Amino acid sequence: MSSHMMEGGHGDGFTPHGRSFPWLHVVGYLLSLVLTIIAFLAVLNHWLSGRTLISIIMLLAVMQIGIQLFFFMHFTEGHGPRYHIMALGFALFFTIIFVGGSVWIMSFGGSQAY
Amino acid sequence: MLPHYWPTPVTGDPLIYGADVSIALVSIAILFVLFYYKKWGWLWREWLTTVDHKKIGILYVIAALLMLFRGGVDGLLMRTQLAQPNMHFLESEHYNQVFSTHGTIMILFVAMPFMFALFNIVIPLQIGARDVAFPYLNAISFWMFFFGALLLNISFVIGGSPDAGWVSYAPLTEKQFDPGPGENFYLMALQLSGIGSMATGINFLVTILRMRAPGMTLMRMPLLTWAVLAASIIIIYAFPALTIALALLLIDRVAGAHFFTMGHGGNPMMYTNLFWIWGHPEVYIVLLPVFGVFSEVFPAFSGKRVFGYSSMVASLMAISIVSFLLWAHHFFTMGAGPGVNTYFGIASMAIGIPTGVKVFNWMFTMYRGRIRMTMPMRWAVGFIPNFVIGGATGVMLAAAPGDYQYHNSFFLIAHFHQVLIGGTIYGSLAGMYFWWPKMFGFTLDEKRGRIAFWLWNVGFYVTFFPQYLLGLMGMTRRIYTYPPGMGWTNLNLLSTIGAFLMGLGFIYIVWDILYSTMHRSELKDVTGDPWNARSLEWSLPSPPPHYNFAVVPTVTRRDEWWELKKSGRADVLRPTAQDIEAIHMPNNSGKPIIFSVFFFIVGLGFVFEWYAVIVIGLAGVLATMLLRSVEEDTGHHIPAEEVRHEEMALGRM
Ligand code: HEM
Ligand SMILES: [Cu+2]
Repeated sequence: MSSHMMEGGHGDGFTPHGRSFPWLHVVGYLLSLVLTIIAFLAVLNHWLSGRTLISIIMLLAVMQIGIQLFFFMHFTEGHGPRYHIMALGFALFFTIIFVGGSVWIMSFGGSQAY
Repeated sequence: MLPHYWPTPVTGDPLIYGADVSIALVSIAILFVLFYYKKWGWLWREWLTTVDHKKIGILYVIAALLMLFRGGVDGLLMRTQLAQPNMHFLESEHYNQVFSTHGTIMILFVAMPFMFALFNIVIPLQIGARDVAFPYLNAISFWMFFFGALLLNISFVIGGSPDAGWVSYAPLTEKQFDPGPGENFYLMALQLSGIGSMATGINFLVTILRMRAPGMTLMRMPLLTWAVLAASIIIIYAFPALTIALALLLIDRVAGAHFFTMGHGGNPMMYTNLFWIWGHPEVYIVLLPVFGVFSEVFPAFSGKRVFGYSSMVASLMAISIVSFLLWAHHFFTMGAGPGVNTYFGIASMAIGIPTGVKVFNWMFTMYRGRIRMTMPMRWAVGFIPNFVIGGATGVMLAAAPGDYQYHNSFFLIAHFHQVLIGGTIYGSLAGMYFWWPKMFGFTLDEKRGRIAFWLWNVGFYVTFFPQYLLGLMGMTRRIYTYPPGMGWTNLNLLSTIGAFLMGLGFIYIVWDILYSTMHRSELKDVTGDPWNARSLEWSLPSPPPHYNFAVVPTVTRRDEWWELKKSGRADVLRPTAQDIEAIHMPNNSGKPIIFSVFFFIVGLGFVFEWYAVIVIGLAGVLATMLLRSVEEDTGHHIPAEEVRHEEMALGRM
């Protein structure tokens, strides 16, 4: 096993891209900008309202996560045990707990106006 | 022009003038020493740009002790004010600021750096690695923490301190009710140090998963390593909630949004909710690593292996998951309804089970062991009754209907000091005494340490037991004074006396460190294994060479070092000339500190709402990141010859 992993690394690093132009990052960046702008405009111009609006924004958020993972975090690359799948599983689990729990707590058992 | 604040000095209070003068004097003294002895280059090369985990660990220890002093002084100020009814030592506003900075500093800038010190000093050595996975990021972590702490600490001399408690609840912290830069200091300080904490969590998760010595399977890892793994998981998944809560509150304050305001569709209770999604796991972030410390200390000084290794691992992992499922027990009184309160109450009590398992295991580890009462062991044994009482009062608080009585009373204060001091601080000190020789090459003096321990331990009970009673008698937290005739006076006085005993205990710890440093030749650790301990770090000389292991060890079982010693084969971990190869090490870099300075400037910009300053700071942050990403930095190799020389000089070959 190598003595340590250098960030942005050669040798031990994860990126097999070498020094070519980082197209993946540029595309990812543009995509995430577009998604943000859509969300922003939907609210600003009152395209939708209520539950539909919230659902759309949440959907866009999930797509943002996907973009982060595949375009910036090289989610599909790497060697050795698949710890990152486990990490993502945890993230999903905790997200559900936090969002679900917050909705449950903040709706006060349905007896509050929020 | 956009509105902003002027960074005016805080005036009008003799205590603050006193602090101003002492800060100025200390700064001048430090600068004088650096100039006089021409130490600038040394400081820069050896410390400010270091990426060596051992040195970063030492920096964390120093920072934690300094902040413990600052937070401790805050505590003594509060106790002085409360010693008698109707005191006029601190005015109400000043009292609010003192309890807010006290809590913030103790959790974020004492407990956290103590944990990170442990992570850094011990983990790579314990798993047979030469550094952490991302050494450069590790330096960024430290400097972000450092400048976050600095930002909070300057607030009491310029601009004014935060004054809404360490939880900083909305809507009190909205601009409308809390104008001035004080709260901004809190928000930015936590945000900066939070970046560092997150990076540390990721760094150590990866380090532990990917950089263990060959043969060290997960179930052969020392328990401290397991504990740090569990704490890293909590850091990674808990900190985002804090980041979001603080960011939204900042947007409310500086940009007039309405996330947590009372009107315009804001929901102040959402802040409380988000804060504790992080806040409850946070108490385990500062607790699990010390569980790890105790799991090293008890076996080492009982001469036995730890009782119930697998159940220790299972309980650590269980705690790390379950700690995410309890957060609403901090706001039962918000009234989220019987369903919510019942679930969160029962879940909170359930976390006592894995914790109880650990306490029993530690006691069984000592049972029929050959116990040596050294300094680390003393703090560890002192911890047990403390923690059992803290857990018991925790379960009392977790009974939601009961909590309607205890909530925000001195009973709560006594509970969390019982677990945080009795757990986190006792554990940090046990760890400090235990690994001090590994860091510095000499042990700390027993005699002075013993006095410190007893002053602190007695002081602790004298301070906090009266507070349980005061809470039950109706004294609420965060009041700056109280009238006579409530029946509270004597207990308050007693509590204050205890607090000063603890203060004396702290001074004795510092004296112990200074005394031992002066007598370090007598206290020298020549063997590298002064305690006859069990894990790999003790197979190295104290302090270990820069590269830790000349030859990376191969592990075949738990407690490898102990087993080798027992069978008289400790020599197999010594390097031989032909095994030594060139060693690849990371380069030092000045960028982490410069990067963090720019972030500090961003922080100042937000604090005073000076947008030009924010832009300048962010430009600097981006520029350093850009420079880093185009930099060709693949580290360097220490030639085999040099390693051989060094090992020879250390008497290991
Ligand atoms: C059996 C274990 C525990 C249980 C059941 C428990 C339960 C509770 C409950 C219900 C509260 C809220 C009380 C209120 O606000 O009225 C509380 C507060 C608190 N606990 Fe614990 N606790 C436990 C262990 C711990 C540990 C191990 C730590 C720290 C290392 C800790 C630190 C705190 C802190 C800091 C607060 C107060 C926060 C604040 O309001 O400022 N607790 N605990
Ligand atoms: Cu809690």
